[in-house]
Amino acid sequence: MAATSATAPTASRLRPGRRGGPRSSGRKRWEIGLFLAPAVLLYVGFVIVPMVMALFYSGFKWNGLEPLTRFVGLDNYKRALSDPVFLGAIWHNAIFILLSVVIQLPLAVSLALLVNRKMRGRATLRMILFAPYVLSEVITAVAWLLILQPDGPVDVLLQKIGLGHYVQLWLADGNLVLYTLFVVITWKYIGFGIILFLAGLQGVPKELSEAASIDGAGPWQITRHITLPLLGPTIRVQIFLSIIGCLQLFDLIWIMTLGGPANASSTMVTYIIQRGFQRSQFGYGSAVAVILFTISFAFALVYQRFVLRRDTEGAMTRMVG
Amino acid sequence: MTAPVLTEIPPDQPTDSTPVARRRSMATPVGYLVAVIVALFALAPLIYVLIGGFRTTGELANQPLGLPHPWVWSNYTDVLANGSFWRQVVNSILIAVSVTVLVVLCGAMAAFVLSRYAFRGREVMYNFFTIGLLFPAGAAILPLYLLMRNLNLLDTPWAVALPEAAFALPLTIVILRPFMRNIPAELEDAAVIDGCSRFGFFWRILLPLSGPALTTVGILAFVTSWNAYLLPFLLLSEPNQFTLPLGTATFNSQYSQDTAKILAFTALSMVPALTFFMIAQRRIIGGLTGAVKG
Repeated sequence: MAATSATAPTASRLRPGRRGGPRSSGRKRWEIGLFLAPAVLLYVGFVIVPMVMALFYSGFKWNGLEPLTRFVGLDNYKRALSDPVFLGAIWHNAIFILLSVVIQLPLAVSLALLVNRKMRGRATLRMILFAPYVLSEVITAVAWLLILQPDGPVDVLLQKIGLGHYVQLWLADGNLVLYTLFVVITWKYIGFGIILFLAGLQGVPKELSEAASIDGAGPWQITRHITLPLLGPTIRVQIFLSIIGCLQLFDLIWIMTLGGPANASSTMVTYIIQRGFQRSQFGYGSAVAVILFTISFAFALVYQRFVLRRDTEGAMTRMVG
Repeated sequence: MTAPVLTEIPPDQPTDSTPVARRRSMATPVGYLVAVIVALFALAPLIYVLIGGFRTTGELANQPLGLPHPWVWSNYTDVLANGSFWRQVVNSILIAVSVTVLVVLCGAMAAFVLSRYAFRGREVMYNFFTIGLLFPAGAAILPLYLLMRNLNLLDTPWAVALPEAAFALPLTIVILRPFMRNIPAELEDAAVIDGCSRFGFFWRILLPLSGPALTTVGILAFVTSWNAYLLPFLLLSEPNQFTLPLGTATFNSQYSQDTAKILAFTALSMVPALTFFMIAQRRIIGGLTGAVKG
């Protein structure tokens, strides 16, 4: 991207005739305004304004109907941060993040390496792996809900292959529900990771591994010392995306467990819906929304600054060299 | 200056068809085995849903893993004969198309200005849009609900379509801007010399040339809207307005006793997305990876 900004001068700079005179610059300003207006209106009206309103509402105790009069300052924030249920929800988001990075990501990389090899039916396999990603969260949730129900297909399958004593209340056991949900999340989203890594692997020059193998490096060494380091930028982007995704988890969980049993699988967004919407605590729910936003934003800034920056720098030095 | 590259978004390069240049190591038998297991894991739930729809609820309860015996068509025909399924399909199409049109139109206009005009504050404006990528819809949902209530839009397609388009705008602009930027300035000069206005250039030359990128952002917006649950769930309470995902979730809780019918309904609601995916596979995959890597 750095290359494009350097090589593409804006058109207006190339045409002296249009610049300069007050009339033309007025006209230009008018054009800019006209072209930007719809997007700005839409974006400000339905993204920025709601965000700012959430910040505003978060200072009130408010049920969404009465006039906004009961200003409570930071009370809603204090309440949220001392509510074990909300802290639990943050913790669950954190567990999902941890599992995604530690289990799902290496799995996706391995599968991408596997699929990247020459094999029959590779295109079909890729399509199959990606299919769950295209389906809606609702379809995923409903299908898995039925598959995991007590005495459902999963339980019967385990019994048939002699693992009957491993049968659990997959979604009703508070100690297990997060991990069950994580399996479903992995089923749904891993295809995206795989496709991303496959795209990343296209950028790994074949000559490097060929040279290494001539020098006597084994397949594992090639993977460890050549492929994985070169896949680094893609891995860092994928970590970023899955963390942002984990912070926003809602649909799957809401349909499968409603955040239960006994809040054992609640996330920040299910908590917002439960408190803000279902119990009409719009002020309090807004405070929680602001906390969610702050966490996402802070994480993104830090990650961009310290992790992704290396990649852009790398890209630039590579270009100069 | 190097030759301008017109595609910022690499279409999913099918390595199978690239010539000899790419030799890769062959998969081992273990590789094949893993591939089969993974494919089964990915497909099994879908197959269960599809086939389960041909069974009866009693059969499903007694033998969850069996095949239909005999094959029952009534679950599927019941759902298809049910007006609400079709109404939800129509609602979903209506909303997804509105979102797509809105976002492609507004996004293209904004990206045009942000890529081909020089003016103060341009980068600020661009960054202003890109930070939207980080805004979780979940954090804006309560004020959005109140806003729609004040605008009297609750239970209308607009209540869902407008915010969905707004939230899709950042990604659209991020994809379109570099693409439009790379369209050579010589083309614009030539157009101006031939008496073309700025608007004429945008409409007659830039938009057609941006076709591939516009298709990509359009498809991404369409699929996202088609699958969305959170916004419809909160903004639509009138069953006549339900979108397909919302309808599927509701059907699941309403008919929780009738597993076979839920499976049939779910299977049918998979069909549009899967068909769409088959047709536009390249664009969806290429768009997603390109957008992320860009």
